[in-house]
Amino acid sequence: MDKFTTLKSTCIPLPLQDVDTDQIIPARFLKATTRDGFGDNLFRDWRYNEDGSPNEDFILNKGLSGEILVAGRNFGCGSSREHAAWAIYDFGIKVVVSSFFADIFKNNALNNGLLPVQVSDSFLKSLFEAIEKDASTEVIVSLEDETISIEGTDLKESFDINAYKKYCMIQGYDDIDFLISKREEIEEFETKQK
Amino acid sequence: MQPKTLFDKIWDNHVVHEIENGPQVVYIDRHFIHEVTSPQAFAGLKKRGIGVFRPKQTIATADHNVPTQDQHLPIKDALSKHQVDTLINNCDEFGVELYGLGHPYQGIVHVIGPELGITQPGMTIVCGDSHTSTHGAFGNIAFGIGTSEVEQVLATQCVLQKKPKTMKIQVDGELKNGVLSKDIILYVISKISTSGGTGHFVEFCGTAIENLSMEGRMTICNMSIEMGARGGMIAPDNTTFDYIKGREFAPKGAEWEAKLAEWKALKTDPDANFDTEHYFKAEDIEPMITYGTNPGMGIGVTGNIPALNGDISIKKSLEYMALEGGSQLLGKKIDYVFIGSCTNSRIEDLRLVAELVKGKKKADHVNAMIVPGSKQVEKQAIEEGIDKVLLAAGFELRQPGCSACLGMNEDKVPKGKYCISTSNRNFEGRQGPGARTMLASPLTAAAAALTGHITDVRELLN
Ligand code: SF4
Repeated sequence: MDKFTTLKSTCIPLPLQDVDTDQIIPARFLKATTRDGFGDNLFRDWRYNEDGSPNEDFILNKGLSGEILVAGRNFGCGSSREHAAWAIYDFGIKVVVSSFFADIFKNNALNNGLLPVQVSDSFLKSLFEAIEKDASTEVIVSLEDETISIEGTDLKESFDINAYKKYCMIQGYDDIDFLISKREEIEEFETKQK
Repeated sequence: MQPKTLFDKIWDNHVVHEIENGPQVVYIDRHFIHEVTSPQAFAGLKKRGIGVFRPKQTIATADHNVPTQDQHLPIKDALSKHQVDTLINNCDEFGVELYGLGHPYQGIVHVIGPELGITQPGMTIVCGDSHTSTHGAFGNIAFGIGTSEVEQVLATQCVLQKKPKTMKIQVDGELKNGVLSKDIILYVISKISTSGGTGHFVEFCGTAIENLSMEGRMTICNMSIEMGARGGMIAPDNTTFDYIKGREFAPKGAEWEAKLAEWKALKTDPDANFDTEHYFKAEDIEPMITYGTNPGMGIGVTGNIPALNGDISIKKSLEYMALEGGSQLLGKKIDYVFIGSCTNSRIEDLRLVAELVKGKKKADHVNAMIVPGSKQVEKQAIEEGIDKVLLAAGFELRQPGCSACLGMNEDKVPKGKYCISTSNRNFEGRQGPGARTMLASPLTAAAAALTGHITDVRELLN
């Protein structure tokens, strides 16, 4: 897993609520047996017309760039497919900001070095407004300080992240490494259970 | 001792290790895998050079991506074939039992676990699929996980989890004629929304729940995830024990007696506290149907679609469905009917459908597909003559798999077509790009197939 400490970047706004993982990566693209290449089909059915040409109205086709995706409430609901987190990360996004994340998505994101930043509804609103006014608005996410701020304004908010997950993200250390280190304790537990 | 919920009892019993200010290491009793969310996990093990820690506690099947016709022939779609073959090779290499295509136990992962007696009370169960919550109907903790977590379980038989909050949903009273457990859960989700259960694990209780069969309870727990909950569970009782007894992998003899005594104690203590509680009355529930693009957008079948209120997500949703805010759904012409998925593809569902359509004919313009949840359901349906009843009524009984629930195989609903589906998700494109899905119970779906439009099934029952 890649390490994450701080990020300063422009944003890609997606002001929709309840964006489900079927939209993030439709089921028909789940046939791969590796983790790579899912970014090409990120938001496939919103991003491309039926004939495969880009849908000019969709935000990813408007020439914006940025490593921060800003989305409406309840992002990542629906299917537990981890491919959703892979697709976003593979596309080049490092942080997703929303006022609420679905549980499994949040977990999946953290397991893949993608940082979910949960902010208040009012901060999210200000963020959307700032990006709408000026697409070159930069946002700074500091994992160390657990803060997100909008460059050039005094808008700043803290976000919560579990101490263990924070440590893993900063170190680029994953859960499996940790669990494998606990195998002896797991065996003891099994003996006790029987 | 402090009174505890059923959830807390089972959870606490499975905590191996606690990280300060972090998640807990939770031991997993049973792990189900399938072809779509496991290849990258096995690839991870290979990369780390380790094996499966407890191969006997993992069970595999092929369901998401398999054809539902001519299963004896090689899979035509090259990518699907590669994925299913990868599962076969991985199970072989790592010593995991596989109920793959052609095996008498093959089927949708959440249908086969319970019917084989693998799913039991008091356990922790996970699978790389969100509807793992289905198994909770047997009084255990069952939840969906991502592929990284599948790898965790394969490597250590544990997952790292933050303990969720607890929620009680109590439904009391008698269900009205024509109202099924699917209607209960669609009703509950329409009331508390698709994020109403987030961060929680739900225990369903109350007389309306107790009176349900195991199939009915599984439908409820299956869709608990659609309100954002981590999972749902129902305390085990005699209905549960009767269902499990005698099944292939159920405990036998003295072991059965010992387990039964243990299982009988699996209850929430009378004074235990839940973080959140909701109460509903069974009498208030009508046959339900969804009009929008998430499972919380449901109404009673005779009701009106809510009027537009300026919310752009709802507007987008109704545009996708080509429906008008404020209008009625009753009488609306439909094109497809899909009866299947881990929500409603069990023998009880097929029996209900067969009973309703017996001696009748489906509407000519409707394409009706019935996909049993497993080989065993298929076999039983044939033994009971259900296949003949369905065929005579113009329905097609397919071979088991997830099928049009997620449209990964060729069973898709074409763009712009309306499909009444007994599955659990009506998201945009879920049943195929541009497909318009309306979720309902097997009875409401079958009624629509007969008349060709959205129908109040109670009119056909009387
Ligand atoms: S039937 Fe649908 S919801 Fe159930 S496991 Fe298969 S794809 Fe998932």
